[in-house]
Amino acid sequence: MENTYYNPADLKKFGNISELQPEMGRKFFDYYGEVFKEGALTEREKALIALAVSHAVQCPYCIDAYTSDCLEKGADENQMMEAVHVAAAIKGGAALVHGVQMMNKIKDLTM
Amino acid sequence: MPIPVKSLKAQQHQFANPAFQLEVLQHAGTEEGDFPLFGAKLQQHQLYPLRPTGTTILQVNVGKMCNQTCRHCHVDAGPDRKEIMTRDTMQLCLDALAKSPQLTTVDLTGGAPEMNPDFRWFVEQLSAMGRQVIVRCNLTIILANPKYHDLPEFFKAHQVQVVSSLPYFSASRTDAQRGDGVFEKSIKALQMLNQVGYGQEGSGLELNLVYNPSGAFLPAGQKSLEGEFKRRLKSGYDIEFNNLFCITNLPISRYLDYLVESGNYSSYMEKLVTAFNPVAAVNVMCRNTISVGWDGALYDCDFNQMLELKVQPGTPQHIRDFDLDQLDRRQIVLDQHCYGCTAGAGSSCGGSTT
Repeated sequence: MENTYYNPADLKKFGNISELQPEMGRKFFDYYGEVFKEGALTEREKALIALAVSHAVQCPYCIDAYTSDCLEKGADENQMMEAVHVAAAIKGGAALVHGVQMMNKIKDLTM
Repeated sequence: MPIPVKSLKAQQHQFANPAFQLEVLQHAGTEEGDFPLFGAKLQQHQLYPLRPTGTTILQVNVGKMCNQTCRHCHVDAGPDRKEIMTRDTMQLCLDALAKSPQLTTVDLTGGAPEMNPDFRWFVEQLSAMGRQVIVRCNLTIILANPKYHDLPEFFKAHQVQVVSSLPYFSASRTDAQRGDGVFEKSIKALQMLNQVGYGQEGSGLELNLVYNPSGAFLPAGQKSLEGEFKRRLKSGYDIEFNNLFCITNLPISRYLDYLVESGNYSSYMEKLVTAFNPVAAVNVMCRNTISVGWDGALYDCDFNQMLELKVQPGTPQHIRDFDLDQLDRRQIVLDQHCYGCTAGAGSSCGGSTT
């Protein structure tokens, strides 16, 4: 067992998750591959979405992988940072919008 | 990381030595061991020994002198490089072409080929022979000195296909690779080329751009990136061009120095090896191209030229002894840098190969 929770070398071993459950692993990676193919969205747009989500879910493996992928797909630093701000805005907004729930509760509880 | 103004050779840098570069390349690997030899990889796919499929392109490197010192340059070109092809050697190229009608295309590269004092004479002779001439123009040379301002008209007069590097449609990414101010000058040069008809539909004047990644990563899908370049260059600068060629940076010379210095060398090599694509290996450019050095020596490609790996011993070694039938039967010389041409969608001087 590592003495840290995250090891950059583990990213390359992602495929190994199939060892303990081959069928589900295969289905997941087939699906994953399909999702990132060019469709109504370009591969670059999908990589930028993935980068933003990586930040929202705060996954260091995903940030590593999708920073490289965005560069490889031809995105530039401005686009990538804007994508991260979109993630930040949604995460911040998601926290703040619950302020309405808080305000409703305040109304319920106060004179 | 600032761009050095001197070539590696002028700095007496160890990566200016091809033997040292090969040593580094041959001992690359991960914790699990050295990377498989490129030749062995080809053997797994019944492609070894690799041989030409029929040579149609003569690529001539007319010299290492350049007005730029790009961070990724595999030639280690720059203003301090004095190696220049003489008119006599150019004449030997013309003689070789005269006896080899199969060579329909002549691809002129450098350095900045236009800085060779006999460049225009050479293009005129090639054009008179009816060969398709490609010039790998770095764009900024057009603005570097008034004597070069008429290059777009000169290219047009000889129906030259212009191939120019523009690593990105933004200044920051372009200048980081090619030097401060290069983006702005490149844009102006592209507008000058457009003005005489280059890249314009129906003009027959082909203007192709080259995208090399500005860093330790592989290039994007060519078609998708071409669309993005066209959209951005048209809307931002009213520039039009024909095709975008995506070229992988090969781990030699200044790019190898960058990889090692930035700590990306092993991971980049691993990317190239992991992304080995047998279809790209079938289509590598050395199977239809012969490369001529500034001194007339013959190589399988411009990268082998910079590593001083001449064509197989026993076949003509110099343009004065050119014999296409014999050269077309040669075994292509391979080393670990060749993984750069077979990764992903493949890479050649004409872009992706799959």
